[in-house]
Amino acid sequence: MNLPFKPVLLWTDALVFAMIVCILLFAWYTTRHEHLRAPWRKVGRSASGMVSATVLLAFVLVGVLDTLHYQLALPSEKAEAGQRYAPEVLSALDALAAPLRMRQERTFSAPFAAFAHSRETIAQPDGTQRRDYPRLEHGGAHLKDPTKERLPDIARGALQGVALAALLWMLTSAIITGIAAARAGSRFADVSGKLWRGELDVPLRGVLVTLGILLFIALPLIVLSGHYHVFGTDKVGQDVLYLTLKSVRTGLVIGTVTTLVMLPFALALGIMAGYFKGWIDDVIQYLYTTLSSIPGVLLIAAAVLMMQVYMDTHAEIFDSVTRRADFRLLFLCMILGITSWTGLCRLLRGETLKLRELEYVQAAHAFGVGPWRIMARHVLPNVLHIVIITTVLGFSGLVLSEAVLSYVGVGVDPATNSFGTMINSARLELAREPIVWWSIAAAFVFMLALVLAANLFADAVRDALDPRMRALFDLPSLRRRPGRARQVAPRAAM
Amino acid sequence: MLRYIIRRLLYAIPILIGVNVITFTLFFVVNTPDDMARMQLGVKRVTPEAIERWKQERGYDKPLLYNAAAPDFGHFSDTIFFEHSARLFRFEFGKAESDGRDIGHEIATRMGPSLAIALPVFLVGLLAYVTFALLMALFRATYLDVSGVILCVALMSISGMFYIIGGQFLVSKLWNLVPISGFANGLNAWRFMILPIAVGLVGGFGESGRWYRSIFIEEINRDYVRTARAKGLTEGRVLTHHVLRNALIPILTGVVVVIPALFLGSLVMESFFGIPGLGSYTIDAIGSQDFAVVRTMVFLGSLLYIVGLILTDISYTIVDPRIRFE
Repeated sequence: MNLPFKPVLLWTDALVFAMIVCILLFAWYTTRHEHLRAPWRKVGRSASGMVSATVLLAFVLVGVLDTLHYQLALPSEKAEAGQRYAPEVLSALDALAAPLRMRQERTFSAPFAAFAHSRETIAQPDGTQRRDYPRLEHGGAHLKDPTKERLPDIARGALQGVALAALLWMLTSAIITGIAAARAGSRFADVSGKLWRGELDVPLRGVLVTLGILLFIALPLIVLSGHYHVFGTDKVGQDVLYLTLKSVRTGLVIGTVTTLVMLPFALALGIMAGYFKGWIDDVIQYLYTTLSSIPGVLLIAAAVLMMQVYMDTHAEIFDSVTRRADFRLLFLCMILGITSWTGLCRLLRGETLKLRELEYVQAAHAFGVGPWRIMARHVLPNVLHIVIITTVLGFSGLVLSEAVLSYVGVGVDPATNSFGTMINSARLELAREPIVWWSIAAAFVFMLALVLAANLFADAVRDALDPRMRALFDLPSLRRRPGRARQVAPRAAM
Repeated sequence: MLRYIIRRLLYAIPILIGVNVITFTLFFVVNTPDDMARMQLGVKRVTPEAIERWKQERGYDKPLLYNAAAPDFGHFSDTIFFEHSARLFRFEFGKAESDGRDIGHEIATRMGPSLAIALPVFLVGLLAYVTFALLMALFRATYLDVSGVILCVALMSISGMFYIIGGQFLVSKLWNLVPISGFANGLNAWRFMILPIAVGLVGGFGESGRWYRSIFIEEINRDYVRTARAKGLTEGRVLTHHVLRNALIPILTGVVVVIPALFLGSLVMESFFGIPGLGSYTIDAIGSQDFAVVRTMVFLGSLLYIVGLILTDISYTIVDPRIRFE
């Protein structure tokens, strides 16, 4: 059996899959326990939570596709020599977006352009030369006369995309409504009516509208990207849409793997400090006070500089650019984790200090249950909401800090596509004449969508899971208090 | 009070020693001075003699932790670890590895420009964000408040770098109001300072505004506020005289700790705007892999953070007479 490709598991891939398994296990555990399910049901009822979750899922889909890595098999002459594989590590996203990846221009071109962005000297067939905007190699290459045909062609492509999106959207809407109807045990038409009047428990209307918006934006772009560079090309002629899609994975990996890396430390040390007290508490407190007193960026910079020296002096360990970049990404996650576990550790310690005095823990102690078992069975499940809230809240901050770190020069490897590297290379292009705005605009829009969705989702999760925080951060609901809201009346609960 | 401060200062010593151990491990143990010499001198084509000379010039030719050759106490004192730490604690930072200039002198001259940006951003920001948050608390649960929160969430979802790039593009390039980057001494500096300060204010708006609002809303639900209202005070007076004063404790927790670190400036902002402060100094050091400077900045940063923590505790006793440290 000879596969035409060989699956490759990079370090970060393994951790991403571990993360997904963890989330699935946790979800499975949650669905079997009513008291755990209740707060999540509340997330499911929050409109902003569900809408942002839809957007986040779209990003996760792109990220997971980009995590399935493989190497293509090389055609080999001799069968007995064993199959050899191309050195380049590709992902499922690369395969899907192969047209985007392969069709490189020479340099900048504007979105939907058929001609290059700047004049070049073109040799005429009759031997003379003239300065003009040359045709692009791929963008709009199927047109005979781009000046006349380009706009109608784009309109036709967009229309096709919209039609496709409408079809797909109606199909998913029908399926989702059908499922909702089946679960409620009522007729399809009833549920559909309720859904669109916004009367369902779960705000499916918001989800479907968001899904519709995503589809109506994505599908025309996909259709058009067959013949055009819809987001333009960058300095070396790479398609900006492709670069942006590749950046999504980096952002997601930094936001999630960092948490996965730091979680064991924070959990173990925080609970131990709070449970044992005494000298163990002193040592752990000293440890996290010391670590948190070093400014984060500087500690990361120092660690990454040191790793660079190590990688330069031990170049033989990293056999390919991909592995090297992947190692650096993993290292960045680890060092970000080391700088960010202290906050969670402090919270867990405080909560454990409270929990250990509660009766059920004392009872377990009196029954002769060992300290490790008490921590695992009685303390850990009761601090998990803190872990979830901190994790979800931290995600957007990590995505944002990647951009800053990459700018400072201690972020991801230059070979890795990320929002940080995109911003960094695009910021000087604004100074060009005529300006090149599309790279930075694409990075801006995608990053804003990702971080905004993450922030809104985090708020929904926090409101549901943390009873104390309710009404503090969430949007004040206007529906509940009709009439003039500002009245000098006792407000027991906002 | 004085005894408390002295005790806190004594607590700071083991933490600083810990910071020192961490930086030492990072800079000398993970990578030996030989590695660093090779990096600085170019990885290939470097002779052992050149490495030895490089190490000797910087005092890196001693054993790391334990010197068996030296007499008595010299076992420990005549080592890189001891000398390096002792010098840091005496605030002798030595010379930069890339250009050989005195780090202490550089820090002293670059502190001014950093402060010129960071201090106005801090002060005006504090005033503006608190005012905004108080207004949102005053109009809580109205459309004004909702749109304020939405604005904050949207603003905090934008990377700070976009504010800088956008500001430079709009104000400097399109409208030609102020120079894109650079710095001048004396009174002329305002033309260079105004854009970074404005960008800094906008950049911090979302997160801070929302944070202060949440603090005020939490206070507003307390009993003393209801009592104040029952006595017939106007809502504005309740907010400024009761809520604001009681919210000072959580506000101070987040605010005082950053005051000492204002000296260090902002890495990204200073490098984008070409301000010759400590932030751009650090970025340049990271870029040219100048370990001596990075090491110094790590040490200074932690020191200032610890000072900030102590100042926070002292400020508590000033705003809240109930808090006493003995």
